[in-house]
Amino acid sequence: MTNFLQQIVSGLASGGIYGSLALAIVIIHRSTGVINFAQGEMATLSAFVCWTLVDHGWSFWAAFAATLVLSFAGGVTLQTVVIRPLQGGPLLGIVILTIGLLIAFNGLTTWIWGGAAKQFAGPFSTAPINVGGVAFSKQDIGVIAVSIVVVILVGLLFTRTKAGLGLRAAAVNPIEARLVGVRVPAMLAVGWGLAAALGAVAGVMAAPSLFLEPNMMQTVLLYAFAAAVLGGMDSPVGAVVGGLVLGVLLNLVGTYVHWIGGELRLATALAVILGVLLFRPSGLFGRPAVRRA
Amino acid sequence: MKLKLGALGAAIVVLALLPIPLSEFRTVQLATVGAYFIAILGLDVLTGHSGQISLGHGAFMAVGAYTTAILMVNHGVRDLWTIPIAAAVAGGVGLIAGVPALRLSGLYLALATFGIAVVFPTILKKFDHFTGGSTGITLFGKPTETGHGAGIWGMTNNEWLYALTWTIAVFCFLVAWWLLGSRFGRSLRAIRDSELAAAASGINRAAYKVGAFGVSAAFAGIAGSLLAINIAYVSPDTFPIQLSLYLLVGAVVGFFGSIWGAVLGALLIQFLPDIVGLIPHVNTKQAGPTTLFFGLVLVALMLLLPLVLRVGAAIANRGYSRAQ
Repeated sequence: MTNFLQQIVSGLASGGIYGSLALAIVIIHRSTGVINFAQGEMATLSAFVCWTLVDHGWSFWAAFAATLVLSFAGGVTLQTVVIRPLQGGPLLGIVILTIGLLIAFNGLTTWIWGGAAKQFAGPFSTAPINVGGVAFSKQDIGVIAVSIVVVILVGLLFTRTKAGLGLRAAAVNPIEARLVGVRVPAMLAVGWGLAAALGAVAGVMAAPSLFLEPNMMQTVLLYAFAAAVLGGMDSPVGAVVGGLVLGVLLNLVGTYVHWIGGELRLATALAVILGVLLFRPSGLFGRPAVRRA
Repeated sequence: MKLKLGALGAAIVVLALLPIPLSEFRTVQLATVGAYFIAILGLDVLTGHSGQISLGHGAFMAVGAYTTAILMVNHGVRDLWTIPIAAAVAGGVGLIAGVPALRLSGLYLALATFGIAVVFPTILKKFDHFTGGSTGITLFGKPTETGHGAGIWGMTNNEWLYALTWTIAVFCFLVAWWLLGSRFGRSLRAIRDSELAAAASGINRAAYKVGAFGVSAAFAGIAGSLLAINIAYVSPDTFPIQLSLYLLVGAVVGFFGSIWGAVLGALLIQFLPDIVGLIPHVNTKQAGPTTLFFGLVLVALMLLLPLVLRVGAAIANRGYSRAQ
């Protein structure tokens, strides 16, 4: 029972990371229909930036805040310079472009910081904390708390602010949004910035447990895809719930189904992706797509 | 048509004479280029002509490579005879993969095939009694199975590998050329341009799309098999996700869909590290700069996409429309 509870909590912690990255993917997908394959590598780059600032003597939270701002600015710039010229063209062209960005960012981080894994001491100690005889890791609890705060902030931004209304309007109906004065291109850029900042949260939270290296987020990206697909690809709530469900599911399956264990963890996530796409493409929370042939 | 046959003849002559001035090292490198060339041909058929994207062709290459390695090491089959078997096995896997792919639209197919490419190495590691796990399978020290061709016409082992790879590559090119100019290729392009119109013209969409997956995977299987024979070693790390993505870069560089351009893409995959190394103060001993430039090449090309597409379409379709 102790082990079961521990697995659930650590599953929720990794699920929070998957959910944050999934949320980034969903925000871009629902506004432009594009899947950003570079989201994971962008998050790795952000984590390296944060590590460098901490390495230069910044306190963790100051470095984290600076990283979020830089990532947001980076996302906005990226959308404006590279993505916007292709907007309106074939979607697959933009998707292939994001694969180019994936490769480029991976090369860039490898070039600057080298391929060797770095220790990234997070803000939370790895010491266990006892709750009724069950030892939970403080780091897990901290990551869960940060994820919850971030999701609430994003939720408030979307539902309680004028900018959020504009973002949603631009995503749901760009033409009519323009007619009522929403600056749609600016909103799309802000969406990319927001996604980059969310990815930065995921990257920085993942770095202490995964070791910081250029390929760190490649597997996390697949888990985030699985979370986003499970949640319905267009639903921000679904992405977060999908991430948490997936994190717990993978931990429980890895612990109790010995044939799968840790080695087939990625394969289980792929099975989730394929299963959902083939049998319930709208996921748990998405609206079924209606398409003319 | 005459021009194309002439170009092909000239290319074959160049290919045959090329090893003479080149060092053994370059000869081996060019043999690897041949393997990439075949894999990109397969990707051209699938993505360029049937419109189905695959970010997972490295996985099909791995299927072919492991078929060859397991047959040679565990069953004592000679390397040459494992190549058609690798094509058949990978092609079969491709046909099976093509069925669920029918239900996925472009974006989700990209997602699913990306997932397969990421996951496949971990599956190879899991079933280690069959695949040798992380250590892989070494084909060295199997003199009865490898290097049989060395000695023919005074060829060294490396020259034999080069000759073998490029003979098969030219054969694959001819097959792709014939296929794409035939009813099969025309149907694929009709489906790519409008599924509805193709169906209305009586084309069995499912059969052709699945068929394209099978053919494309068979090409990748041959490529993987030849890669395994060339480097005499396979391991899960021989087929990382990067390989699949580089193949996509190669296909885009070679005017997506043009089997003539495939050779450009294959050369780029092999020689980009050397080209990047020419830039002053850039150390290509480390993987970073080369990877960065791979990405930048793809980004730059996609930004020039409208132009690339126009040129590519003109090159790819010229022969076919005139042939009707």
